[in-house]
Amino acid sequence: MLSIRGVRNLARSGRALRSISTSTARSSDALFVHRDTEYNNSSIPFKFNSQNEPITKEILSRYPPQYKKGAIMPLLDLAQRQNQGWTSISCMNEVAKIVEVPPMRVYEVATFYTMYNREPVGDHLVQVCTTTPCMLNGAYDIMHAIEKDLHVKPGHTTNDKKFTLLEVECLGACSNAPMMQINDHYYEDLNNKSTLDIINQLKNGKQPHIGPQSTRHTCENSSGLTNLTEKPYGPGEHCQPEFQ
Amino acid sequence: MLNRVQKSVLRSARSFASVSEPPVRGYGGLKDQDRIFTNLYDRHDFSLKGAMSRGDWHKTKEIVLKGDQYLIQAVKDSGLRGRGGAGFPSGLKWSFMNKPGWDKDSRPRYLVVNADEGEPGTCKDREIMRGDPHKLIEGCLVAGRAMNASASYIYIRGEFYHEAVRLQQAIDEAYKAGLIGENACGSGYKFDVFIHRGAGAYICGEETALIESIEGKQGKPRLKPPFPADVGVFGCPTTVANVETVAVVPTIVRRGPSWFDSFGRDRNSGTKLFAISGHVNNPCVVEEEMSVPLKELIERHCGGVKGGWQNLQGIVPGGASVPVIPRDVCTDVLMDFDSLKDAQTSLGTGAIIVMDQSTDMVKAISRFAKFYKHESCGQCTPCREGTSWMYNMMNRFENGQAANREIDMLVELSKQIEGHTICALGDAAAWPIQGLVRHFRPQMEQRIKEFQRENGVVMYGGKLLKDHNPNIAIPDNRGASIPPPAAA
Repeated sequence: MLSIRGVRNLARSGRALRSISTSTARSSDALFVHRDTEYNNSSIPFKFNSQNEPITKEILSRYPPQYKKGAIMPLLDLAQRQNQGWTSISCMNEVAKIVEVPPMRVYEVATFYTMYNREPVGDHLVQVCTTTPCMLNGAYDIMHAIEKDLHVKPGHTTNDKKFTLLEVECLGACSNAPMMQINDHYYEDLNNKSTLDIINQLKNGKQPHIGPQSTRHTCENSSGLTNLTEKPYGPGEHCQPEFQ
Repeated sequence: MLNRVQKSVLRSARSFASVSEPPVRGYGGLKDQDRIFTNLYDRHDFSLKGAMSRGDWHKTKEIVLKGDQYLIQAVKDSGLRGRGGAGFPSGLKWSFMNKPGWDKDSRPRYLVVNADEGEPGTCKDREIMRGDPHKLIEGCLVAGRAMNASASYIYIRGEFYHEAVRLQQAIDEAYKAGLIGENACGSGYKFDVFIHRGAGAYICGEETALIESIEGKQGKPRLKPPFPADVGVFGCPTTVANVETVAVVPTIVRRGPSWFDSFGRDRNSGTKLFAISGHVNNPCVVEEEMSVPLKELIERHCGGVKGGWQNLQGIVPGGASVPVIPRDVCTDVLMDFDSLKDAQTSLGTGAIIVMDQSTDMVKAISRFAKFYKHESCGQCTPCREGTSWMYNMMNRFENGQAANREIDMLVELSKQIEGHTICALGDAAAWPIQGLVRHFRPQMEQRIKEFQRENGVVMYGGKLLKDHNPNIAIPDNRGASIPPPAAA
């Protein structure tokens, strides 16, 4: 039998040539498996509070009664909002109970969609878009500026649990690139300075200006309107005679 | 400018489906009175009062009372083609809902509006929902009437929180004013509109994935047939249409199909929202006539390319999933379905991503490959595995760590994905890479050459020959001993 050292040496010399498995275990964006932890296990109770209870009724009313499970996504979203921005296993179980499906059906949904955070997040979930249109306008600079300022890497939360930084795919505000989303709000037309301004204001508990950080109102030409300068036409104008 | 020989080559490369006649008149320069989305920039009141003052909900009762055949015919006559990317004629698609004997079917019928705007570069539907939410809701009613739908679900992407709030506010106003609901606009027609918010999955922009998602499942596309018009949401007849397609319908009916048809070239009629991003001086979203020349569109509304047209490297004319075209093609191309098809690309969603000479084109396309790797739903093997492969290869091409032959391997790989998946995401992942190789192959080869000059021969898979141990018996599938192709 080989001694431990012998095995180790063998392994070492073997690695120089080739190892048995060359691929490293690489975790995906987020693990799909649930592991019971102190803060996330099914014995922690979760119920919709009195404020959200009526909303669940309203959500269920949008779907045919025999297709209650259509409500899984909006209910998970509501549960996440009540649960400090993340979806615990208890949230999923509660939703499954409400829509009367096996919990597995809810787990499937919660793991598929990226907006359900299955781990706790900071108060401010900072999502920086780095897809090509934003990338062309310097999204990675912004990302690095935030990384440097908050001392976190994408996917991590600051020690004070205030900020979570994420790199995300296209958020659909490409004419206002580069942009980021913090919780529900879009911040567009960013540069390094305005980005750090926003982060600093949030650190100090203030609400930054939502939307484009430039002089633009929405997505118009920044050097003056090229169209829609006239007063919009009114009811019946330019219409066929019968609809005038 | 292209010389005559090049032009004739271009012309002979046209496919059968294209319009063969060159344009006889100029396109573009739409007047404000012909714009449909008059509150695109959110400078006016978006609520019901403001919308009505801009002509929304005007005589909607009369429109609804016209009946399904009139409305479908109007949409057909207008030549409206779907604005979500595929460009399928809308009137035809909607008529599938009214096949003979449809009224004997007791199932409810749904119109689903696809507001899951996730295609990189695209940000037009967002502006509709912010500025003109009532146009969309009225469009739901009119399009719903045309296909005899009983309710409409608007599937809005989860990140658009403010837009969803606005839309909900507009829906509440419309219910309160009796414009939709039990007796929509007093016409006796019952019609409901609901919002369903997504949760961050690009694939849910695919119509059957979207249907699955509304049913509260993972957004994994379904096999067709059965088509949604037979079995859709909750097993009922359904038609999925893009926000822009639905929102333009009331205006088309009111102003007449021939008015809409008067814009753009034959078979490419109407006005279209274009979202321009990337290296232009003033990126914006703008409504323009179809068939507007790409160059004119950028120079008229976006202040031109940064550093001038000569500084342009390439343009992705329809969102991430269409092939990139180089400057000489951009100079002549018109922004419509057929002209872009002739240029071996596509109009897609009308999202124009401009890239100037400073762009690392390989990196830009590699980022798209990463996007598709991230967004593949994992249902079909060619797409799930292939997008990761392509991303890994593109990652190496970024700094040229590849063998020359791998460019062809990459193309072959993309062809193995294209057309072998349930939905079009596989195709969408393959096309940008094919476009890159088609037009920017010299750049890729140059980069490989430079890398090899510094690091010696690279084997297939990116391993350096100098790290290769010839004493180990490995089958030579890495190309270590294959002589490089002779220089031409």
